[in-house]
Amino acid sequence: MLREIRPAILVLVLLTAITGLAYPLAITGIAGVIFPRQAQGSLIEQDGKVIGSALIGQEFKEDKYFHGRPSATVAPDPNDASKTVPAPYNAANSGGSNLGPTSKALNDRVKEDVEKLKAENPSASVPVDLVTTSGGGLDPDISPDAALFQVPRVAKARSMSEDAVRELVTQNTQGRFAGVIGEPRVNVLALNLALDAAKPK
Amino acid sequence: MTVIGWIQIILFCAIVAALVKPLGWYMTRVFNGERTFLSPVLRPVERGIYWVGGVDERREQHWLTYTVAMLLFHVGGFAIIYGLMRLQAVLPFNPAGQSAVAEDLSFNTAISFITNTNWQNYGGESTLSYLVQMVGLTHQNFLSAATGIALAMALIRGFTRSSMRTVGNFWVDVTRCTLYVLLPICVVYALFLVWQGMPQTLGAYVDATTLEGGKQTIALGPVASQVAIKMLGTNGGGFFNANAAHPFENPTALSNLVQMVSIFALGAAMTNVFGRMVGNERQGWAIFAVMGILFVAGVTVTYWAEANGTSALHALGLTGGNMEGKELRFGIVASSLFAVVTTAASCGAVNAMHDSFTALGGMIPLINMQLGEVIIGGVGAGFYGMLLFVVLAIFVAGLMVGRTPEYVGKKIEAREVKMAMLAILVLPLMYLGWTAVGVVLPSAVASMANSGPHGFTEVLYAFTSATGNNGSAFAGLTGNTLFYNLTLASAMFVGRFFMIVPAMAIAGSLVEKKSIPASAGTFPTTGGLFVGLVIGVILIIGGLTFFPALALGPIVEHLAMNANTLF
Repeated sequence: MLREIRPAILVLVLLTAITGLAYPLAITGIAGVIFPRQAQGSLIEQDGKVIGSALIGQEFKEDKYFHGRPSATVAPDPNDASKTVPAPYNAANSGGSNLGPTSKALNDRVKEDVEKLKAENPSASVPVDLVTTSGGGLDPDISPDAALFQVPRVAKARSMSEDAVRELVTQNTQGRFAGVIGEPRVNVLALNLALDAAKPK
Repeated sequence: MTVIGWIQIILFCAIVAALVKPLGWYMTRVFNGERTFLSPVLRPVERGIYWVGGVDERREQHWLTYTVAMLLFHVGGFAIIYGLMRLQAVLPFNPAGQSAVAEDLSFNTAISFITNTNWQNYGGESTLSYLVQMVGLTHQNFLSAATGIALAMALIRGFTRSSMRTVGNFWVDVTRCTLYVLLPICVVYALFLVWQGMPQTLGAYVDATTLEGGKQTIALGPVASQVAIKMLGTNGGGFFNANAAHPFENPTALSNLVQMVSIFALGAAMTNVFGRMVGNERQGWAIFAVMGILFVAGVTVTYWAEANGTSALHALGLTGGNMEGKELRFGIVASSLFAVVTTAASCGAVNAMHDSFTALGGMIPLINMQLGEVIIGGVGAGFYGMLLFVVLAIFVAGLMVGRTPEYVGKKIEAREVKMAMLAILVLPLMYLGWTAVGVVLPSAVASMANSGPHGFTEVLYAFTSATGNNGSAFAGLTGNTLFYNLTLASAMFVGRFFMIVPAMAIAGSLVEKKSIPASAGTFPTTGGLFVGLVIGVILIIGGLTFFPALALGPIVEHLAMNANTLF
């Protein structure tokens, strides 16, 4: 049995070097050459400044922008490091609400959001993704229904026709992969950038 | 439930089934030491490792030596992870300036990764440096997976060899599995993931100024290389806190499908490796059928429950299912499917928050783990777990006809049955025992995020996941406390090694027996009767053990939900 101690150290060290250093560094090198944009996080720049990532949702509150889904991410409380405070779309600390199906806190939150949305657009039924938080709190997408739901508010805030805004939503709607896999969706940041391009603020 | 949803489920099952034979063929060649198309490149590396490590690849080991070698290997792996986490602040590749990780969290994480559990009491992007993610976690993702497959190979040799004393060489099995199976697939797979949008960089986190002028710090890192092996090796430990629900860790519906397939690929192929090695592929397909039937049943329940939504959402006039904690690009179906896949296998990656699933939708992942993760299961681990149930099922069949039971040419006798029972019974002792402590100890109770029966389920889920070496969580539970760091670590340790050692003892006992040819009185183990019997044994043993606990958690919560009770 003692003769197993040498391989236990040396085989481990070699395999660690291969799988823990050589492999990730090689992938980093290759990916940086053939997929440089994705490898760096699919960042979007405007006037030389990074304004976000195409894959990471960001918080929108103004009427003139389409809003993403609610986000349950948190950040450390600046006054008390042992506590956390809500910090929607905190891309340095992903996470969900983790509230269960019989949670009163969840029910109260959804109820409040539904009432707000109903007041904003009484004519359509509230899409479920607009009142539920995503798993990672960084969901970049909303459903096409959730985008169409917000069209009247955005059109009014921008003094654009609802048809023109709706047209932009349609252009920014992505279908299922190969027609089967996944769900139809609208990338909120891409849609808002298209809005700004169509009618500067 | 929708037609397009079911098409996605069927497509997933078809891809997995189609991979079983080619992967099984390739893996059999690797473990028999035959030449493969990668040998010209990898064979020199392999020989170099043996030369440095002082391994004679033709010298095989007795089951005890094999097990000791495996345990020593884990001691080293533990030391590497623990040391790196404690020292990360002064080591390179730490652009975010992460400070040293606390003793109890480092201990928990090190145990978690050497046992292939990958329970996350840490939040990747807010706790760990890139060096820890690569050298600590990525390397152990490979090696704990390779260990699982090596052990399954040793047990299979127990069945296929006749009157021998050795079950293979641990160092050779682990090295071959890492070099010829895991690494080549991961290289291609990781690049695919980057193409889909997964970051792979050593650069620092990026500060963005959002359209509305806010500041957003975007965490990055060498994500793709870790995620590839995290999935393929059924490890499941996320680079980011939100695991595969984070858009960087699972950018598209296509990356999601491929990730799900990769969780099952090697585990499913193990059934074919077994069939080939015992000389009858139908033996493998019979086991695959047992797994497949239990899997589809689980998917059906979870998909139905999640698509149905919750009473609270219905009361507010919301339709479209339970989207709380789910990502839009995956929707209800791919989130439900992922949850069942990740817990059927011992992966534990999540692409949606299981804590926010409906009571019944979240119960299926719990049951999958409590059944011992034998539905495909962890790479290797799932297969030797399943063989333990097969031993029991054969024993029960033998009792019924009054004949010494045999399986693929080996007599199953008292020693094998005792060892199988030991492995199967120690698991509920861990998860039920610790849950009982966790729901009465005041400091532990404070960790629950939800009240009512859901809080109980959070605790039960945590210990079940740890014991089963799964690693998924009802993540509301605050696990980074002294109590949970230590108790979960003990559950992970017992759940891994008290399963492995009895399984290896069975391998050692079987390998010494003579192979007996099948006769007219042999119970056929390739047909529907056998499949039904194994499913029955799994459900009866599992059901008797955990039904009372489920009744206190998800079942009572489902009834409360239907009565519109909130907590």
